[in-house]
Amino acid sequence: MPNSDHAWVVRFENVGLRYGLGPEVLQDVSFGLAPGSIHFLLGASGAGKSSLLRLMYLALKPSRGLISLFDRDIATTPRRLLPELRRRIGVVFQDFRLLNHLSAFDNVALPLRVAGIRENEVEKNVTELLSWVGLKEHLQARPPTLSGGQQQRVAIARAVIARPKLLLADEPTGNVDDNMALRLMHLFAQLNKLGTTIVIATHNEAMVERLAYPCLQLEDGTLHVSAAANEPAPMQEMQEEQLDHEKPFVLTALPDSPRRRSEKSS
Amino acid sequence: MFTRRTDLALAQDNHSRFLPWLIAFMVYLAILAMAGTFILNGLVVTWDRNMSGTMTVQLPSADNPKQNKRNIDKALKILRVSPGISNARVVTAKEMMGLLEPWLGGSSSLSELPLPQLIDVTLVPGDDVNVKAIAKRLDAAVPHASIDDHRVWLDRFLRLIRTVQAIAISILALICLATVGTVIFTTRTGLAVHQEAIEVLHLIGAQDTYIARQFSTRAMMLALRGGFIGLALAIPTLIAIGTLSAAMDAGAIPKLSMGFDEWFVIGVMPLATAILAMVTARFTVLKSLAQML
Repeated sequence: MPNSDHAWVVRFENVGLRYGLGPEVLQDVSFGLAPGSIHFLLGASGAGKSSLLRLMYLALKPSRGLISLFDRDIATTPRRLLPELRRRIGVVFQDFRLLNHLSAFDNVALPLRVAGIRENEVEKNVTELLSWVGLKEHLQARPPTLSGGQQQRVAIARAVIARPKLLLADEPTGNVDDNMALRLMHLFAQLNKLGTTIVIATHNEAMVERLAYPCLQLEDGTLHVSAAANEPAPMQEMQEEQLDHEKPFVLTALPDSPRRRSEKSS
Repeated sequence: MFTRRTDLALAQDNHSRFLPWLIAFMVYLAILAMAGTFILNGLVVTWDRNMSGTMTVQLPSADNPKQNKRNIDKALKILRVSPGISNARVVTAKEMMGLLEPWLGGSSSLSELPLPQLIDVTLVPGDDVNVKAIAKRLDAAVPHASIDDHRVWLDRFLRLIRTVQAIAISILALICLATVGTVIFTTRTGLAVHQEAIEVLHLIGAQDTYIARQFSTRAMMLALRGGFIGLALAIPTLIAIGTLSAAMDAGAIPKLSMGFDEWFVIGVMPLATAILAMVTARFTVLKSLAQML
């Protein structure tokens, strides 16, 4: 058991989910994610990975069981307090869900604007992050004009821009080449180092093997937690030579993180 | 607030393009209905003021002028001692001619007609005059003398005007309802069109009010535009009606005009419509979003 302020960032107890009157997509799912942990979420397609993620990012209510996020029981949390919880969660949707009428810049800026961050802060952070994911030339491009891989990077940038406490990524490296996949995984590792709890749903077995993070395995609607899952995972260090002349990315967006500003300047 | 960028592509919506024109039409009708009630109000006040302080005594024409004179003296005597009457004045033959001329033409033969004698009576304002008692005494003194206190006629006239006013106000209320309905319909369509983007904003942590503001600002701008178009069309109409009524120059119809207050109320109609549209859109969105988790 971790002994920080949050006992668990995410806790599921006997959660069941069914759509309408259909069969249960998830059955008796129980697990906890400790602060600062990072997990892969594995399972054949149709095993319920996306449903599990949707429950975690508050797009769905469970049919039964208890879900708590940041130690708040979702069922008893008043609706008006949910946006505050959602802002602590970054989501990379499998189909990106970028707003096609907005530029890449405005898409990534959304979480900050929704949270009421000042426009000059927004400008600075969004430009910085988009440059880091290699989209400096495409700040004003609309998603339909970008390639699949570029769109995916915009989606990831939008998910991490507000430095969420919990990052949920559904196949985040499905459309990018290996090198970019590695860079994005490095970005996740950086965030994880700064305390973000991360769940990455993936089919990429090579990556799972290489990074050796603990796994949540879904099979026929039930969840199996790999041995290390309840402990914060030891960080698998990246091979720095693969990211040689890249400066490590640090986010300065949120006002509650002056520490990161000083890190950046050092 | 007005130049705020929006996260939803509401400005590109085809379905909301017709909104300003519908609202323009409704504001136009609303202003006409409203101006109608204002003008009728003025009419009521003028007629009420001019008519309720007077009554007319009518004495039948006698066979000879002497008898006429006697009748008039008797009537005046009774009237002048009756309480609540401040003045009684005989309408002269010349005045009578003047009143009849527009209908019968200025001919000398008029003086040969057996016209009744009229006495114009001014009442003390606020006093309750016992018209029946006076009429009884007059009838005793001069057979077939009658009093017309205009009350019956005026009451009917006022009732008619008040009915017309009530209808105008109902029309105004219906126009308001129709405007609200149109805005609700447009907003609901917008919610459906932008459902995906709204869901993304929602999952990113946008408060319902953040999303509602985008819709309400948009609805306000469209309604404001429509309101001003409606106002711009209504003003020439009102001026034309005013000019035409002035050209009629009929004594019985008081000037159909409105004061500053009335013009002011009409002038803020576009603003009021914009606020109505804004509030309607806001509540429509909030109600719809409340169904999301």
